[in-house]
Amino acid sequence: MENTEIVNQLIAIVKPYVTEVEALNDLNENTDFINDLKINSANLVDIVLDIEEVFGIEIDNESMQKMLTVKATVEIIQNKLKI
Amino acid sequence: MKRRVVITGLGVVAPNGVGVTAFLEAIQNGISCIKFNPELDRLQFSCQISGTPEISDALKEKYFTTLELRNFNSTGILYGVVAGMQAWADAGLPIVSQDVPDWDSGTIFGTGTSGIDKFRESIYKIDDFQTRKLGSTAVAQTMNSGVSAYLAGKLGLGNQVTTNSSACTTGTESILMAYDRIVSGQAQRILAGSTSDSGPYIWGGFDAMKVCTFKHNHEPEKGSRPMSASASGFVPSSGAGALILEDLETAMARGAKIYAEVLGGNINSGGQRGEGTMTAPNSVAVQRCIIKAIESAGISAQQIEAINGHLTATSKDSLEILNWVAALNRKGKDFPYINSLKSMVGHCLSGAGSIESVATVLELCHGFIFPNLNCEDLHPEIAEIVANERIPQRMVEKQINIIAKASFGFGDVNACVIFKKYTQ
Repeated sequence: MENTEIVNQLIAIVKPYVTEVEALNDLNENTDFINDLKINSANLVDIVLDIEEVFGIEIDNESMQKMLTVKATVEIIQNKLKI
Repeated sequence: MKRRVVITGLGVVAPNGVGVTAFLEAIQNGISCIKFNPELDRLQFSCQISGTPEISDALKEKYFTTLELRNFNSTGILYGVVAGMQAWADAGLPIVSQDVPDWDSGTIFGTGTSGIDKFRESIYKIDDFQTRKLGSTAVAQTMNSGVSAYLAGKLGLGNQVTTNSSACTTGTESILMAYDRIVSGQAQRILAGSTSDSGPYIWGGFDAMKVCTFKHNHEPEKGSRPMSASASGFVPSSGAGALILEDLETAMARGAKIYAEVLGGNINSGGQRGEGTMTAPNSVAVQRCIIKAIESAGISAQQIEAINGHLTATSKDSLEILNWVAALNRKGKDFPYINSLKSMVGHCLSGAGSIESVATVLELCHGFIFPNLNCEDLHPEIAEIVANERIPQRMVEKQINIIAKASFGFGDVNACVIFKKYTQ
């Protein structure tokens, strides 16, 4: 899967959790979920569950801890998709 | 001088009316909302009738964000938040800006359980080795203080934010806890209320104890029969009530409308001593609670014009009446008017005290006594000691000055609050 396709799906996944919706327009690979999108940190586990469902993958605890930015998240999804 | 505490806002989610306007119309007209419940039938409950508030999707979306409603499965929090937010708006209070909490306002919002359906859903996942799939929503919806936490977040409350729990006394207790906090000068206003979850998982234990009626499954509206000779148990129901209690000076300074005054009250327990047990009241404690409430209010027993009873439609109704008669030392035609909201809405459990208090405040404010349904065959032990006319079966239109509201609960706990029509 192309990175841009993953990013587009990711935007749809995180959208309900974002309090600063305008920030989604400037989303790039360096975007940080908590600092830039103002997502409540408690919701990160919900986002991971949604990602698992959409991409049909399972994300382990260690990978989950790293999923704080768009870049890290896309990399982890790509790796899991290869398995 | 002791601070005076007044009620400046009301909210209610009752089985026979959501919102004060609908609820007022329902209680003035004696509208029952007890219905046959197919789910209780399917689950082979003995009692297959219940009272459940109806909350529209539009109302949910008014008070909850789309994100909050994802994986939301807690009726108690839903009812409590709707009632609490209504009361806040009714009191004309603003919602504070993003940055600074309202240090002078808090909430004491009670419940017996929280999110029992969410709990069930979570337990199934855990037993299926899917704990991680609980996501972030299980804790906030199943912690007992969930309802007060949701309300505090929506309103920006910066004073005490807590949830009390004392079985069927909960809602009356929360009002008195709020009253104490304001009288002691620790808060200017408290959103006091209580809520109860709906459904088989909250009502099942009562059904098993055979304290719910199983004789009226074919005629639901006749099922809830407080003070009746043919009363055979309570009808399970649910909902929430909310009252803004406020320091009188603060309320006047902001030009708030005032529904009624809280004169005082008392909370106690029979200690499960004497005739008291986990489930039966110690009459000495019940009478003491009423007497102390009257003392606290600085009135005489003779000044009580009406009683909003606990009166659940079990075999204990006669005993409750005898306790009122003894505590007030009044009987026959001299006994105050007495009514039970449960004849219309059933027993809202931990939500009961606050829903019934909202009804009491509306009686004072609008000058009426709501009717008792289903007691045309008054229990002979009650008829013997209280005159028929004091137990109205039709609405009485009358300006009332003082009403006593009491609630009694499992654990042998009691609470009695004295409400007064507001006069300067």
